[in-house]
Amino acid sequence: MVDLRLYLAQRISALVMVPLVFGHLILMIYAVQNGFSADEILARTKGSLGWGLYYGLFVFAVTIHGAIGLRAILFEWFGLNKTLLNSISWAVGLVMLALGIRAVIAVVL
Amino acid sequence: MSQSKELLQVSVRRGTEDESGLSTYEVPQQESQTILDVVTWIQRHREPSLSYRFACRVGMCGSCAMMVNGEPRWTCRTHVQKVLRDGRLRIEPLRNLPVIRDLVCDMTEFFDKWTRAKGVFEPTETRDDEFAAIKPSDPKRMQANAAIECINCAVCYAACDTVNLNRAYLGPAALNRAWTLANDDRDGAYYDRLAAVSESDGCMNCHSHQSCMTYCPNELNPTASIAGLKRLASLAYLKGKL
Repeated sequence: MVDLRLYLAQRISALVMVPLVFGHLILMIYAVQNGFSADEILARTKGSLGWGLYYGLFVFAVTIHGAIGLRAILFEWFGLNKTLLNSISWAVGLVMLALGIRAVIAVVL
Repeated sequence: MSQSKELLQVSVRRGTEDESGLSTYEVPQQESQTILDVVTWIQRHREPSLSYRFACRVGMCGSCAMMVNGEPRWTCRTHVQKVLRDGRLRIEPLRNLPVIRDLVCDMTEFFDKWTRAKGVFEPTETRDDEFAAIKPSDPKRMQANAAIECINCAVCYAACDTVNLNRAYLGPAALNRAWTLANDDRDGAYYDRLAAVSESDGCMNCHSHQSCMTYCPNELNPTASIAGLKRLASLAYLKGKL
């Protein structure tokens, strides 16, 4: 049930995520060096176009990657038909996108 | 060949797709005995109506594959000693295929998928043309050669968990065949074949579990062939050819 376009979208979104995941992990280690507070994080992210784009891209890639992955699992485990698969994957993807963008806006704006 | 007094406890699945059960037989153990020898002994001495399939008995024809103790095997080349567990054998028809009767599967869907994957060579020249000159050292020829010794036994198809989860999936054997043709310079259906194998139930569904590679009796690596097809199809798509 995975055609060429879905396959490529999932692989390309994975390629995008790899450096972002490492950047995020490094940032987490760096951020807790002098204690860990919301103020410190927000001081770094508020008004930052760079961090906004970084995590915005991250959210976008996760949404594509996760929705396609979930679609494959739903098909293989539960044998759902294509209409149902596409509906659920789009719905879950859009919810993930909305929650992710909301979180990015919250720490950047 | 010496005759041992040891008896093997052999359970054989008998019946049809809808209704089947295990029948147990005691079979005298012999030196260098194969699983096919065991099945043949049962049919000749205990159960004349037992249905099973074989032809060459030497690992060439690919018709005698069965599940042995839960794993797919070419039975004519599988020694009892190699797979025996506590003196017991459980012999069943291949997984992932409809059962006609006893140990005989309906191979129709397996071979239909070879056709769907465009497993047929499409010549670009006629018998009046000169032979195509292809060096054995040509990298594409070497990749085709590495995958070409398939005997169509369906062991990989029975081993594949992706086929088990999605019966429409083309499966390792058909895709491995498509990969050999994709590397054949004489073939004229390159993009048609890549389009066929990358449809929604095609090569992109492979999870690289590598069961096909683990169980292939000819030690081929269909997982690598499928990865190759994914690569070629992706490149063709990005170039706008698919």
